[in-house]
Amino acid sequence: MAFDYDKYIRPGKLPHIWCPGCGHGIIMKGLIRAMDTLNLKKEETAIVSGIGCASRLPGYIDCCTLHTAHGRAAAFATGVKMARPEMNVILVGGDGDGTAIGGNHFIHACRRNINMTYIIMNNNIYGMTGGQFSPCTPTGAKASTTPYGNPDPAFDVAKLAIGAGATFVARGTAYHANQIDKLITEAIQHKGFSVVEILDDCPTTYGRRNKFKSVIEMMNRLKDVAVPVKAAEKMSAEQLEGKILTGVLHKVERPEYTEEYAKVIERAGGKK
Amino acid sequence: MSKKVAFMQGNEAAAHGALYAGCKFFAGYPITPSTEVAEVMSAELPKIGGKFIQMEDEIGAMAATIGGSLAGCKSLTATSGPGMSLKQENIGYACIAEVPCVIYNVMRGGPSTGMPTGPSQSDLMSARWGTHGDHATIALTPASVQETYDMMVRAFNLAEKYRMPVHVLPDEIVAHMRERIEFREQGELEVIDRTAPSVPPAEYKPYDPQFGDVPPLAAFGSGYKFHVTGLNKAADGFPTTKANLVQAEEERQIRKVMANVDDIVDFEEYKLDDADICVVAFGSTSRSARYAVNEAREKGVKVGMFRIKTFWPFPDKQIKALAGKVKAFIVPEMNLGMCSLEVERCAQGKAQILGINRVDGEPINPDQILEKMKEVK
Repeated sequence: MAFDYDKYIRPGKLPHIWCPGCGHGIIMKGLIRAMDTLNLKKEETAIVSGIGCASRLPGYIDCCTLHTAHGRAAAFATGVKMARPEMNVILVGGDGDGTAIGGNHFIHACRRNINMTYIIMNNNIYGMTGGQFSPCTPTGAKASTTPYGNPDPAFDVAKLAIGAGATFVARGTAYHANQIDKLITEAIQHKGFSVVEILDDCPTTYGRRNKFKSVIEMMNRLKDVAVPVKAAEKMSAEQLEGKILTGVLHKVERPEYTEEYAKVIERAGGKK
Repeated sequence: MSKKVAFMQGNEAAAHGALYAGCKFFAGYPITPSTEVAEVMSAELPKIGGKFIQMEDEIGAMAATIGGSLAGCKSLTATSGPGMSLKQENIGYACIAEVPCVIYNVMRGGPSTGMPTGPSQSDLMSARWGTHGDHATIALTPASVQETYDMMVRAFNLAEKYRMPVHVLPDEIVAHMRERIEFREQGELEVIDRTAPSVPPAEYKPYDPQFGDVPPLAAFGSGYKFHVTGLNKAADGFPTTKANLVQAEEERQIRKVMANVDDIVDFEEYKLDDADICVVAFGSTSRSARYAVNEAREKGVKVGMFRIKTFWPFPDKQIKALAGKVKAFIVPEMNLGMCSLEVERCAQGKAQILGINRVDGEPINPDQILEKMKEVK
């Protein structure tokens, strides 16, 4: 029997705003499958986003949903999680939202290791505003504000998260649809701040400026560049040139923030 | 049992007032001259099972404050001018999404870094219009340490009652001076909590007009699931661009305040009954004004004071009424004329307006106010 996505979709809220060929919908389905696997209760799950195409996702999911200001999802979510540590808190958003305007909140959520899951849909561009370059746009790529090619180097989101202290970091792609829910499931199960970067495509504002002839070509690129971490162990540096590692990249245990704060309450003589 | 009496500064009293009001969550960022609020909250909140978090920046502190409130905690942040500038985007979010919270902003010199340890009263317009777009504002201006405590309780009450951010704007003098303060006993001051929904979760709409201009607010995690956005939204909380719905929602958010000004606006009239001259003052400046009024009265000058306690909404009605009775308003303020412009707007040319303005980091002293009385025509 086909998976029933409707049980987590808000009645009457589809169709979504995403363009044909955009991978955001694939990622949303992955998130829904993960929520279902973990049997997350809708009333006890908060989905928080910033601004941008990806940040429209919470509106479609039938939970406590918070569509905040540009880049601020992690900070709003930190307030929610502190006030109600028992809630499942999932953040979603794009690469510009999360690593440019929201970069500060992102790294500090990683540092605190607060028990939330952040799904970053990295399509290498500011899509909603029409295709300006983001901190994740490859050097040399064309964007509406890099007509002569992008002079900026790009962030490696996963490395950024690891460096900032996230205790679970994974990467998938919109092409590898069946892997998405597994990565998100493991991320939600992990105690601490977990980051799942999903490489995504934006045919409308990135693909057409960068000589991708079709969505299929963009999806095939994701397929071609992705190398599972396990497979990469057996590959030479030469073979890994231009490839991007996927799977669980980093998993460590470290004290979780709301649990540490519970200890503060205890030390202060207060009750939870 | 005797009352708990303390000798403390305005910032410390603000924190204790917030706790009296039931504040359970504080998110802040260090900034002079408001930091003592964060320090007291970091010590006191965990004692009662509340939560304190020092965020990575002012924007994040405002965001977390809103998040904490949406999850059901009465929430506070504290800051000063530059931090206020940074918070503005999310203050607008709290306005449109109608999330109760209190912003305690100690007014210091500006613009920009200005004079961090100098007193000022120049964030009045920043509180009123700092965030973009049309919105109503509630802002309170305490004049003593005791009043700071009491006004924090009132600020939380107004935030909860009208489901919106409320500003408390002490000047740096009130925030840092030390005075005797009586802690209120339980039940001595009214404490208002937001109205929780009475409908079952399936029927809940976060902006349901059938419940009037201030619809009930459910908490995340309380069994209700709903959507919150900074976009213009319909009654169900979801974004809309339908012209009639957007217009009606924006008007309701302003009406919920403006239709209740008599409940919100608080003030003190001092020796105004027979006055020819009215000093309009607020915050620490009103203390100099009171002294000046008393001195002048001894010399036979018919002068009184209108002390603003709720700066926004501005006490239009009261100033208009006074404009028909007094010859002149004297408006001392530690800025270059923000309050006097409001008084001028309300007076509609019926009385002379004389401003006394200082932005040099020094308080306005009674002599300046007494001297200004001589200019009344």
